[in-house]
Formats: sequence, C-alpha cells, structure tokens
Amino acid sequence: MVQLLFYGFSLLLVLAALGVIVTRNPVHSALCLVLAFFTSAALWLLIEAEFLAIVLVLVYVGAVMVLFLFVVMMLDINVEQLREGFTRYAWAGWLVAFLVIAQIVGVYWFKGLGVDATVGAAPLPANYSNTRALGEVLYTQYVYPFELAAMLLLVAIVAAIALTMRRRPGLKAQDVAKQVAVRREDRVRMIKMPAERRDADRAGGEGAP
Amino acid sequence: MDLIERNALALWATLPSYLRSTFWILVVTVALILSVAFTTLWERKVIGWIQLRKGPNRVGSIFGLLPGIFQPFADVIKLLVKEVVVPTRANKVLFRIAPMVTLVPAFAIWAVMPLDPSLVIADVDAGLLYVLSLTSVGVYGVILAGWASNSKYAFLGSMRSAAQIVAYEIAMGFALVGVVMAAGTLNLGDIVRAQAGGVGHWFLIWLFPLFVVYLIAGVAETNRAPFDVAEGESEIVAGFHVEYSGIAFALFFLAEYANMILISALTAVFFLGGWLSPFEGLLAADNPLAKPGFHWLFVKLFFFLTCFMWYRATFPRYRYDQIMRLGWKVLIPVTLVWIAVEALMVHFGVGPWSTP
Repeated sequence: MVQLLFYGFSLLLVLAALGVIVTRNPVHSALCLVLAFFTSAALWLLIEAEFLAIVLVLVYVGAVMVLFLFVVMMLDINVEQLREGFTRYAWAGWLVAFLVIAQIVGVYWFKGLGVDATVGAAPLPANYSNTRALGEVLYTQYVYPFELAAMLLLVAIVAAIALTMRRRPGLKAQDVAKQVAVRREDRVRMIKMPAERRDADRAGGEGAP
Repeated sequence: MDLIERNALALWATLPSYLRSTFWILVVTVALILSVAFTTLWERKVIGWIQLRKGPNRVGSIFGLLPGIFQPFADVIKLLVKEVVVPTRANKVLFRIAPMVTLVPAFAIWAVMPLDPSLVIADVDAGLLYVLSLTSVGVYGVILAGWASNSKYAFLGSMRSAAQIVAYEIAMGFALVGVVMAAGTLNLGDIVRAQAGGVGHWFLIWLFPLFVVYLIAGVAETNRAPFDVAEGESEIVAGFHVEYSGIAFALFFLAEYANMILISALTAVFFLGGWLSPFEGLLAADNPLAKPGFHWLFVKLFFFLTCFMWYRATFPRYRYDQIMRLGWKVLIPVTLVWIAVEALMVHFGVGPWSTP
C-alpha cells in the first residue's frame, strides 16, 4: 500500500517537475511548481517526517509561491525572446542532469560510499513526535547556529526595507494619527450672524434665484 | 447498555480504521455543508433584525414556525440550474479549478479539529502547523480565479486579497505562537486540554491581546466585512468572482462561509477551551452542565459566527491602505509585545499553565 502511494506520488512529482520546464505559460509553470512541492510534502509524510512536510507546504506553497505567482502574473513576459538561444546552453543542462542521475544511481549501487539507500528508515515508535524531537535539538544543541540564522534573516528584512524606503518629495501621504486626533475646532468655524426675515427676502423680487 | 447497543459497538470496533475514519469524514463533511447552508440563512436573518427587517420569510415553514427555513435549499437549486458562463479568452482549466482550490482547504482543516474529548478524525501532533499551512493554501483559489477570468476587476480583487491575506497571516501566526507557548504543544486536542480547570484557565484571559489580534486577522483572512476589499462592490463590482455564475459562484460562497465557521471553531479551540464547559470548577463535577462535550464547542462557535454577521452589519469597509497599516503596523507589534510579556509570565510562573 505504502509502495503504491510512493510510486503514485513519485510519478506525479516527476510529471509536475517536467511541467515546470515545458509549459509555455509562466503561470502554469508556477502552478506546476506548487504541485511539485505538494507531492514532495506527501512523499515526506510517507517517511514519517511530518514536520518537514507541513513546513514545506507552509513556507513554500503558502508564502513563497504566492509571491512568485503574484510577480509572474503582473509581468508581461515575451516567451519567444526568452527562449532565444535556449539550445545553445543545452549541453550544460544535459551535463547537470547526467551528474544528478549519476549521483542517485551511485548512492543506490555502491554501498562502499557509506550510505546504504536500500534499507529504509527504522520505523519509529507510535508516540514519537518528530516536531518535538526537532525542537529539542534545535533549541539546545544548535541554539547558536539557530540564533545566527535568525539574525541573518532579520538583517535581510531590514536591508530589504531600507533599500525600498526612501523619502519621495511631493508624496501625498496621510498621517493617520493626526487624522484621529483632529478636534472640532480645527475643522468647523462657528459664525454668529443675525437671523433674517423671510418675507423681507420675498419682497425683493419674485422669481429671483 | 443493552444488547443491541453493545453488539453495534463491538461491530464498530471490528471495522478497519480507514472505514471508521471515512465514516467520520462523511459525517463531518455533510454536517459542515448543511451548517454552511443554514449559516447563509442565519446571516440574512441576523442582518435583517439588525436593520429592523424580517429577513427571508417566504420559503417554507414547519407548521407555521420558522418561516423561511427552506430558503437555503431554494438558493442552492436556483444556483445549480443556472448556466456556468465561461468568459471567452478566459483560461478554461484554471477558471474551473479555482473554486475547488478555494473550497478544499476550508474542509480539509476539519480533519484535525477536536470536536469532542474523544473525537478527532486525525490526531496529528503538528496539528496547529497543519491548520496554518492549509489556511495559507486557500489564497490560491482567489488568485487563480482573478487571473483566469481575464477581467480587470477580478484581477484587481485577487491582487488586493493576496496582499491582505499575506499580511494578516503573519499576525495570525504570531498570535498562535502565543497559544503554543502557553499550551506547550502543537496538538489541537492537547491545546484544549491545557485550558482545563475552569474559565480562569482559558487562554482568552491570559492572552487577551492575542485573542483580539487573532479574531481581527480571522475576519481579514476570510475576506469578510469590514475587510472585504477583495469584493468591494462599490469599487470593483464583485472582485475576484465577478465572472463566475451558477454553481461555480456557489462554491466560492460555500468556501467563504465554511471558512467563517472554521475560524469561529478555531478561535473557540485556541482561546475558549473548545469543548470544555465554562461551568467547570464552579458546579459539582457530576452536574451535567459541568461536563465537557461537543455542545460547548458548538455554543462558542455559534457565538463567534454571529459576531461575524454583527461586524458586517455594523462596520463600514476599510480603505485598502488602512487595512495594510492595521495589519503591519498595529497587529504585528501588539503580538510581538505580548509574546515577550508572555515569555516573562512563563518564566516567573504567573498564569495557570504549567511551566514546561
């Protein structure tokens, strides 16, 4: 049963990955990538790595790909122009593909490399929590690298904001705090004036505007 | 327990687990679809009463009581028999997939919802992460609908919606970080159990700012008034689903209401102790009112659901830049401050939760 699921998801994953590079429409490509992420998450679920699977969906599908799709939809891409000289670099692509396949086959066939890929991971006890185990290691043994990575991300956020935020002259922005703090005296001026009689007005002339 | 009931239970236990979970999935799905149908009626009724009208009261009644009770079925039949118009030059495939992509996550999240002390379809350890990741998938339906329709208004609506959901998801996630810190677990059932011991132990009291943030972000996530700029009738016709008709439109409608019910249920689970009784600890333990059960979850859910309608009838729509300001500059700082406060509370042992 698990094997059947594995082959089903693997087939879907390979097809989705192919779809990313062969579809003509960039939006379709991005959606194929979303499908590829989903199926790899399903594959990770099969090997009981539920934390990684859920985080893959949360981070890549939920956040990264939404922004990606956002950008791809807004762009007016001329595919023809992009595809020019596509075959010129084909040999590099083939080389990379060959290397990747060689690596996979190598890990599988030559056990002398130190990795035995023919035996699966040992089944975990029923009450084993992947998430808890990861958290415990991450916040004790690897707490400094973790904090460093967090700092790096913070710096990246600050840098991204600093790069795009600049004072633009002539920009009509609203100060919401000022709007909220406004009082009646700032906006309305009360003027005292004597009341006028209506019939005196009418005596002036009928039909006047 | 009499003989028939015992035999039935024995038979039930012999069924393979996938058949049993399939049964519960069917029960929850059918119940959810029916709830969505009657939520639409309830919304029209509530808004009617707020505006001093009667609301729908023509279609059907049960012996003269509950006039208008069959209104949802009339609506569904009307939408089913209408033609689904696919605009020329729309992306045919994506146009048809988009409503389903919106609907599926709204239903799939119920798999980890603790409905009862013993009833949850999938008792997932990382349940809260599952909830977060699936809520973020829902935005795809909106984006795809807007893009595939090949219409300016639909595209504008989906752009607005995407930016809004991305912004409010962060505040929502931070609010849930506070819940996780207090509960010490990501399992939804255990989060409810961590609030056991009476109203004073509910996270509502100790995490009140996070509760408010979560509620506001929840309304924004579902694209409901006052955050319904994605639809904005007066500005962009009907937003992302302007080109949809018939049952395709009904699916968007279904998804919106399913999401409303979902956010209400999640708020109850995270902050109001889910299926726990509010009288726990106040009344004797064998008092029926003090017993936990699905009915308490239902009462809390129903309250928040009605609040959604109340907001819609009360507040004018936010302006787009003000929505962004509220999300980024108000809600996120509030959650950050309160998480720091909470860390201090956990450290010094203030609050009902046990320090891990």
